[in-house]
Amino acid sequence: MEHIELFFKSIFIDNMVFAVFLGMCSYLAVSKKVSTAVGLGAAVIFVLGVTVPLNWLLDQYLLRDGALAWLGPEYADYNLSFLSFILFIATIATMVQLVEIVVEKFSPALYNSLGIFLPLIAVNCAILGGSLFMQAREIPSLGLALNYGISSGIGWFLAILAIAAIREKIRYSNVPAPLRGLGITFIITGLMGIGFQSFGGMLTGDNEPPEETTPTTAEKAIEEKEIKKEIEEDEKAVSYNDVINE
Amino acid sequence: MALLSKKDANLILDPLADNNPITIQVLGICSALAITAELKASVVMAISVIFVMGIGNVVISLMRNIIPSKIRIIVQLVVIAALVIVVDQVLKAYAYDLSKTLSVFVGLIITNCIIMGRFEAFALGNGIWRSFLDGIGNALGYGVILIIVGFFRELLGSGTLFGIPVLGDPIAKTGLYSIGYENNGFMIIPPAALIVVGVIIWVQRSRNRALIEEA
Repeated sequence: MEHIELFFKSIFIDNMVFAVFLGMCSYLAVSKKVSTAVGLGAAVIFVLGVTVPLNWLLDQYLLRDGALAWLGPEYADYNLSFLSFILFIATIATMVQLVEIVVEKFSPALYNSLGIFLPLIAVNCAILGGSLFMQAREIPSLGLALNYGISSGIGWFLAILAIAAIREKIRYSNVPAPLRGLGITFIITGLMGIGFQSFGGMLTGDNEPPEETTPTTAEKAIEEKEIKKEIEEDEKAVSYNDVINE
Repeated sequence: MALLSKKDANLILDPLADNNPITIQVLGICSALAITAELKASVVMAISVIFVMGIGNVVISLMRNIIPSKIRIIVQLVVIAALVIVVDQVLKAYAYDLSKTLSVFVGLIITNCIIMGRFEAFALGNGIWRSFLDGIGNALGYGVILIIVGFFRELLGSGTLFGIPVLGDPIAKTGLYSIGYENNGFMIIPPAALIVVGVIIWVQRSRNRALIEEA
């Protein structure tokens, strides 16, 4: 159950592109044609699926507070979490190189379709972002980390596929000249993001609420004022009742 | 600008407008959008990027002749990651609340494509001083867009700037609120940032028609 929930949550609610804007650079640069978008999307799913569990292991057994306890009790006090950026990015860069070599050797067909995108992926923020969010949200097990990696990859894949399809069609529309290309893509992505926000109500588990909805102080003050008013009205009503009863 | 030759001055001034990293080169969008709901976070992010890019470009430029080209991406990433760790630790020490707001986006400066892009395109082939200027210039261009977006989102969305109410008090109905003005909650949600950037691109390209893309 918790697997299914995480799966849908990472695809739709915490979508890499629409909710946290990760991997926007390649999302905008490689979304001109559906076929290339599919290639890059598949590569992202694959690399996220490999690097997130790997970085989870690193985080669990090397980086977090007290993670070195398995080496012996005298190591239990170390907290190496400040090293996480450098280790995560090193893992990602080496994994991408390794995957490239392995794929080239064993599946030339796949290499031809993914090949040119693999080096691009090392600097795709979605990949590092996946690992950092995995760390920030304290995902509890290796299985869930794998699930999180793959499902956020799928979310990214869906997003780039959708925008590529729209961009292929919008070529036939009469867009105002200064908006053509980049400008209209930004605005469409914004509108799609608003659409994806509606998925926010899909799951009602005991998860943390989406970050952006914390009311501003002004709103809180208004709420408090209204509550006060209600209480006052209640008190008034009580006093009227008392009067009537008397 | 007696201090800088005209060519050097252009390194700083070009990225501010006609060769802006965000609106023209399409680099570094990720972090530009996610943290711009408040002006304060935008300013801190801009300063962090200026720091990382200025120093990073110098370091890469110093090492440009000894980095083997096959592993240069990994070397570049390690240099950036080391600088970003410094920024992250400083933020955690002196502005803890802010570093919570920025959360993973400080770490994501590492994969900010502007930095990698400028390393590849400029620092690997140019001297130290010019690389430094190029880094500062591009980071400033990035910062300007960040601050514009943050300014409009915070002003229209919460009616505040740097957390200080500027349009009057929405509860006591003073200032603009007394004539029926309301905050636009739409500006707070993440997709609004995309639309604001879209509008900035629209304005910029209407003013300078040479930048318009062929469809």
